[in-house]
Amino acid sequence: MKTILKTLAFGLAAGSSLVSVAAMAQDYPTQPVTIVVPFSAGGPTDTVTRLVAAAMSEELGQQVVVQNVGGAGGTLGAGQVAAAPNDGYTLLLHHIGMSTAPALYASLPYAPMEDFAPIGLVTEVPMTIVARKDFEPASLEDLIAYIKENGENITYANAGIGAASQLCGMLFMDALDTKMTEVPYQGTGPAMTDLLGGQIDMMCDQTTNTTSQIQAGEIKAYAVTTPSRIAVLPDVPTMAEGGVENFELAIWHGLYAPAGTDPAIIDRLSQALQAALADETVGNSFAELGTYPVPADLATPAALAEKLEGQIGLWAEVIAAAGVSAQ
Amino acid sequence: MDLFSSISLGFSVALDPFNILYCFVGVLLGTLVGVLPGIGPTATIAMLLPITFSLNAETALIMLAGIYYGAQYGGSTTAILINLPGESSAAVTAIDGYQMARQGRAGPALAAAAIGSFFAGSVATFLLAAFAPPLARAALNFGAPEYFSLIVLGLLVSIALAHGSILKALGMIVLGLLLGMVGQDIYTGTPRFTFGLRELFGGLNFVAVAVGVFGVAEILRNLENEHEREVGVKAVKNLWLTRDDIRRIIMPVLRGTGLGSILGILPGGGHILSAFASYSAEKRLSKNPEEFGKGAIEGVAGPESANNAAAQTSFIPLMTLGIPAHPVMALMIGAFILQGITPGPNVINEQPALFWGIIASMWIGNLLLVILNLPLVGLWVKMLSIPYRVLFPAIVLFACIGTFSINQNVYDIYAIAFFGIVGYLLIRFGCEPAPLLLGFVLGPLLEEHLRRAMIISRGDPMIFIERPISATLLAMALAAVIVAVLPSIRRKRAEVFVEED
Repeated sequence: MKTILKTLAFGLAAGSSLVSVAAMAQDYPTQPVTIVVPFSAGGPTDTVTRLVAAAMSEELGQQVVVQNVGGAGGTLGAGQVAAAPNDGYTLLLHHIGMSTAPALYASLPYAPMEDFAPIGLVTEVPMTIVARKDFEPASLEDLIAYIKENGENITYANAGIGAASQLCGMLFMDALDTKMTEVPYQGTGPAMTDLLGGQIDMMCDQTTNTTSQIQAGEIKAYAVTTPSRIAVLPDVPTMAEGGVENFELAIWHGLYAPAGTDPAIIDRLSQALQAALADETVGNSFAELGTYPVPADLATPAALAEKLEGQIGLWAEVIAAAGVSAQ
Repeated sequence: MDLFSSISLGFSVALDPFNILYCFVGVLLGTLVGVLPGIGPTATIAMLLPITFSLNAETALIMLAGIYYGAQYGGSTTAILINLPGESSAAVTAIDGYQMARQGRAGPALAAAAIGSFFAGSVATFLLAAFAPPLARAALNFGAPEYFSLIVLGLLVSIALAHGSILKALGMIVLGLLLGMVGQDIYTGTPRFTFGLRELFGGLNFVAVAVGVFGVAEILRNLENEHEREVGVKAVKNLWLTRDDIRRIIMPVLRGTGLGSILGILPGGGHILSAFASYSAEKRLSKNPEEFGKGAIEGVAGPESANNAAAQTSFIPLMTLGIPAHPVMALMIGAFILQGITPGPNVINEQPALFWGIIASMWIGNLLLVILNLPLVGLWVKMLSIPYRVLFPAIVLFACIGTFSINQNVYDIYAIAFFGIVGYLLIRFGCEPAPLLLGFVLGPLLEEHLRRAMIISRGDPMIFIERPISATLLAMALAAVIVAVLPSIRRKRAEVFVEED
């Protein structure tokens, strides 16, 4: 119980530390750092964050606390960090949703490019096109022919508006110029349950969620969405190998501070992030999940800013073309 | 590996002194957070995840599992003593448990809950050990149509939750269904009843609503006549079960265990139904249904057994398939991953020591819980003698802290205040909060599964009848309605239900 109260106290302290704005950047950090995850605990983004936070704690010599502020497709937590004091003690770890939200939501409580100071990319999680294990097509080529023939008779699960699984489906259907019947779920957990039970036909999800089921033969994998095959699933072809060109999708994760944070603090955090990503334990844990830490040159403010800007433009087009909106 | 050698492997892990210690720490923490209203196992496990880094995988997961089922024990304590359920299952316990406490029978109510939970936990753990993989396979046959039919059945038989007017009970269920619709529609993303507030996009928080309509409302009611202290004023008659009590709880515990074990395996919300289903069943089967809602010990023993059985069997889909049945299980998946183990069908083969160790630790944990909780019964009952001016603000404060800690959403605290007033008005109007909560919990599931089934069938409602499990459940629901409508039974029912108006 004591621990809980202590953690709560830390949270409160980190959230209301206007006083410490004046603290010297060279002393940073002098108190625990909070990383807000805009999704509920236990999900893939939360797991990635906790792994990184533990390694960063060692690097910074201060506790790095993970706080889950879920809701409204990640925009609630992001909005909270945008409005937090820019003293380097409240950070945000968000995924690709940072770039899709402007296109999905008519009004956002923040502007992704203006209200945040990027720290660096963290990981780019590949996605897999998977199906129930008794689904007919034998290969990626067969699958594409099968989808073109059966169209809306195929059920495709996603985790709701704006979820990675939905973005992937959007791109996939766009690439094949066919529509399937989309079946939304509350998160990929229940969607995976129905895929395992053969209640639905297909899904596209991050390797963090699908690798163990694929390896166990419980579901069929047709393709990975990265430019080259991935180490944990060496037998699964890329989309390009199946003849689908220009289909590349990875769920990239980035670490941000509120805009106006002292550049010296951003540098310090960026270094700590690079060190955390080079950590062997983090690397191994990421590999278990079917992903990898980004190389040090991408865990930088410039790389993340470039990524974010490019992705906002890309998704604005794709989402407008698909006519999807969260409001 | 046969069952016997598997289980002995499990016990060799679970009986390691270090693991016993952490199992104890887990169930103790679980009991404490269960007792404190609002602070649930989800928040606790989330906060403790980083600490488990330094432990090895077995020890960490044994402790986290202990927190979860320990909280199921602890949650009943506040529900019984101060009408403050921290989780959906404890809401049912509050109905009769709190009435027993008002009659000075808090001791037997707590004891019945502890014993029922222990028995149910042990049986369900055995099921988990013996049949986990085939049971998990069977549960996968439940798709959207089956869940929809199951929830329809649950809602229809649960009218029995009310002990006043049927009309008011129906009204409360409908109000609950409407409250459950607040938030973003998962199929289109359209916000409903959110008044443009982003904070309401995720819907109303169950804990906030439950703490409001049960706990805060009850405090307001008690404050009406401040000088006449009601909570626990009646001299505590006895702390232990009488011979008659024991006779009365045997069958409810057995039935609750059975229902809870089965429903807990279903990953799509079955565990939520278990306590409600058990309560309905006991009321139907009782020779004295008029006692329900007025302190029937069966109404405590049955649902408590059911919810603890479901708490154990909900580990089955997690451990054998790697799919979470509810948010706490999702956190457990996170804990597995942090330990470098990807949960899924391979865990049982690749990590037998971990798999069987966790199962064996559940037996030990349940035993520790009963040893821990029975002596505490006296202590908890004493808590009722804390003066109001200290107890009430403390309850409200802890409830607010706990609820806030789940999502750091200040609207959840507004919701506690709002639903506290709503709950108080409902008490004044003679309406009961339990059916409202039932509607609130099951409404969103009902809608989700109905619409998903219709999307999958491409708009053809025959899907509910063509699929055998769904058809059977709907037939049972129809039978329940027919039984209720038959005139002779209706007369008997009139005697049962119209005691208050």
